Parts: sequence; structure tokens; C-alpha cells
Amino acid sequence: MNYLDFGGVFSRMDLLISGAILTMQISLVAMLFALVVATLVAVMQLSSFRVVRFIAVAYIEAIRNTPFIVQLFVIYFGLPAIGLSLEPLPSAVLAMTFYGGAYTSEIIRAGIQSIDRGQVEAGRSLGMSPLDIFRYIIIKPALAAVFPSMVSQFILLLLSSSVVSAISVPELTGIGNDIQGMTLRNMEVYLVIAAMYVGLVALLKGGLTLLERKVFPFKFLRG
Amino acid sequence: MMFQDFTMAHVYYMLNGLLWTIGLALIALTGGSIAGSVLALMAVSRNKLARRIAKLYIFVVQGTPLLVTLFIAYFGANYVGVDVPPLVAISIAFSFYAAAFLGEIWRGSINSVPMGQSEGSHALGLSRVDSMRFIIIPQAVKIATPPTVGFFVMLIKNTSLASVVSITELTRTSQIVSNATFKPLQVYLLAALFYFLVCFPLTIVSRRLEKRLHKS
Repeated sequence: MNYLDFGGVFSRMDLLISGAILTMQISLVAMLFALVVATLVAVMQLSSFRVVRFIAVAYIEAIRNTPFIVQLFVIYFGLPAIGLSLEPLPSAVLAMTFYGGAYTSEIIRAGIQSIDRGQVEAGRSLGMSPLDIFRYIIIKPALAAVFPSMVSQFILLLLSSSVVSAISVPELTGIGNDIQGMTLRNMEVYLVIAAMYVGLVALLKGGLTLLERKVFPFKFLRG
Repeated sequence: MMFQDFTMAHVYYMLNGLLWTIGLALIALTGGSIAGSVLALMAVSRNKLARRIAKLYIFVVQGTPLLVTLFIAYFGANYVGVDVPPLVAISIAFSFYAAAFLGEIWRGSINSVPMGQSEGSHALGLSRVDSMRFIIIPQAVKIATPPTVGFFVMLIKNTSLASVVSITELTRTSQIVSNATFKPLQVYLLAALFYFLVCFPLTIVSRRLEKRLHKS
């Protein structure tokens, strides 16, 4: 029986915090990119062109039925074979974007489908341009409706960022692996970073809930 | 340094890894089902403490990356003072992980059985346990099946993380083959294809069950 000794871990707290910041950064950037990809793919899925729909569905199913770590390896280890070499950090963000985009697009599609056709027709009869109709009548209320599901999805994306430590990105788990190597206090390190992830999740959840109030104030009107 | 050619022998080695992938997912599903049903019952029980514990457990496990949970299990065996083989430690970690998700799915399913059902069984004089057993759970199982199959797909994909702690499932065997042949693109795309061939049919099944449920 060994005893837990957190001394070596706590004295390297600055490293862990820098790792947590990188985790948050790559997750937020990937979320933003994933949102763009997801919106595009959701619209493609509702297109009247068969080929466009097929491409969207093929992308979603390919991502959703394979593990994230394999997608990451294809991008980081595989793409150099066809002359596309990326550093670990961009590889990680790219993989997380594709991964998050596939799941988020299903959520956004559900949101778009929940918009009443009559609203679009009303917008058209008011003389709104197609772009304005898409922006104000379709996508904004759609995102507002599915925001809670998107929050859950983004939390999963934040957690999956730990996997990119496998291609030596120095985010929280990667830093944890380093400290584990330095101190051999493996159990302590991983207990501490587990707690830090729970904290990051709470932070993200709180932040996104605030954002929801800011961006979709109409959801919180009473009366 | 010479690399090996990428041959059928390597493909068979990867398929052997696929068996471990499926085996690990099945172990996690079994272990997770047992603990998950206890968690779900705790989460809907009248006991406030039981509800709190279940909720906290689910929050902590779902808020920790699976990879970190795996590390804790992998290294943690030392601290308990028993010599546990890595495969056993990892199986236990996956079971704990699955329990949190299944507990949450099943709690939701139990709660989505209409209130009138439990009121009705209460009016008929059934005890709380009997009403759970004969009225609520049978209906909840129907609601729970599609998301449970969906979670099983997620479990199969997530066993890939066991590769990081050297369990020779599909992703790990692919890594080994990739290092030996230096054909990373082909090897990892083939691995992705294997995962897809296992997961996609299950995804379809889950979706069909879901549709059938909405029709009835």
C-alpha cells in the first residue's frame, strides 16, 4: 500500500494551469469552427440536391461511427503520406473540428427542422432577402431552440480534447503525463487533473449559459 | 531501417485487435448495466441521500475525460495494494464509465413513463416495488432500448482509448502495424473502416428502434 503525496504535483501547479488554459483554448477554437462546419453541413443535408445531401450524410456517418483517436491518427500520421504535414496543435484542432462538427450538425438540423415553414413564408412576403431569412428567421431561432443540446455536445468536445495528448499536444492531460514522468506520482497527478477537468466543465457550462442569455435574450422573456 | 510490407498477416493481427475491442465493450456493457441500474434506481428513489449520491457520481464521471479515468484505474491498482493485471483494471474503469451514462439514460427513461401509470398502480394497491417491477420498468425498457444501443456504439468507439495504456485492441494493433510497415494512412483508414463496419449497423438498429417507438 502506497500513500498519496500531492507535494510534487502541487509544486508544479503552474504547469498544470498552463495545460488547462491550452485545453480551454483548443476546445473553444474547435467549438467555433465546429459550429461553422455544422451549420454548413446541416444546410447541405436539407438541400434539394441529392449529391449534396449524400456528401453531408457520408461525412456525418463516417465521423460518428469511428473513434476520435483514429480520426486524429489519420490526420496527424496519415496525411503526411499524401504530402500534407501538420504540426500536432493544428492537427488536434482540425480533428476536433471535424469530430465536433458532425455531432453538432445533427443537433442544428433538428433545430432548423423545428422552424415553422409559415415563418419563412411570412419573411418572404415581407420582402426579406433569402440571406436575411436564413439569418434571422431560420438559424437564430434554430440555434436558440437547440442550445442546451449544443452545450452538452461542447462539453463532450472539451473532454475529448484530452485525447490529443496522444500526439504530444501539451494540454492538460499531456502536461499530466509529463509530470507523471517527472515525479512518478501517477495517481496523484491524474486525480488532480480529473478534478481540474470537472472544474473546466463547470466553467464552460456556466459560461455558455451566460452566453445563451446574452445572445438569445428572447428565450428568457416572460409573459 | 527496413520496414515490413503491409500484408494480410497484418490485417489478421488488426482483426484480432477488433475482437478485443468488441470484448472490452461487452464487458463494459455488462458491468455498466449492473452498476447503472442501481444508479438509475437510486436517482429515482425517494431517499434524498441516494438521489444526491447518484447525481454526484454521474456528474463526476461524466465530467472527467475517459482517458483520465483510464489512467487513474491503470495506475491506481498499485495504491489499493493488489496486483491487478492492466486488462482487469481497464475493464473495471470502463464499467464505472458505462455505469454513469447508462444510469443517466435509464433514469431518464424511468422518468419519461407517464405519471398516470404509477398513480394507477398505486390506486390498484400495488406496492412501490411491485409498481416499479411490473408497471414502470417494462415500459421504461422500451423507451431505453434505442439510446442504450446508441451508447453501446459510443462504448465500442471509446475502447480505442485503451490503446493509450497498451491494451492491444484494434487501435493499438493498428499503431503497432503502422510502426512496422510505415503505411500510417492505409493502416488507420483500414482501422476506421473496421470500426465503421461494426458501429454503423448498430447505429441503424438504434435509429430503427427509435422510429418504431415514436410510431407506437
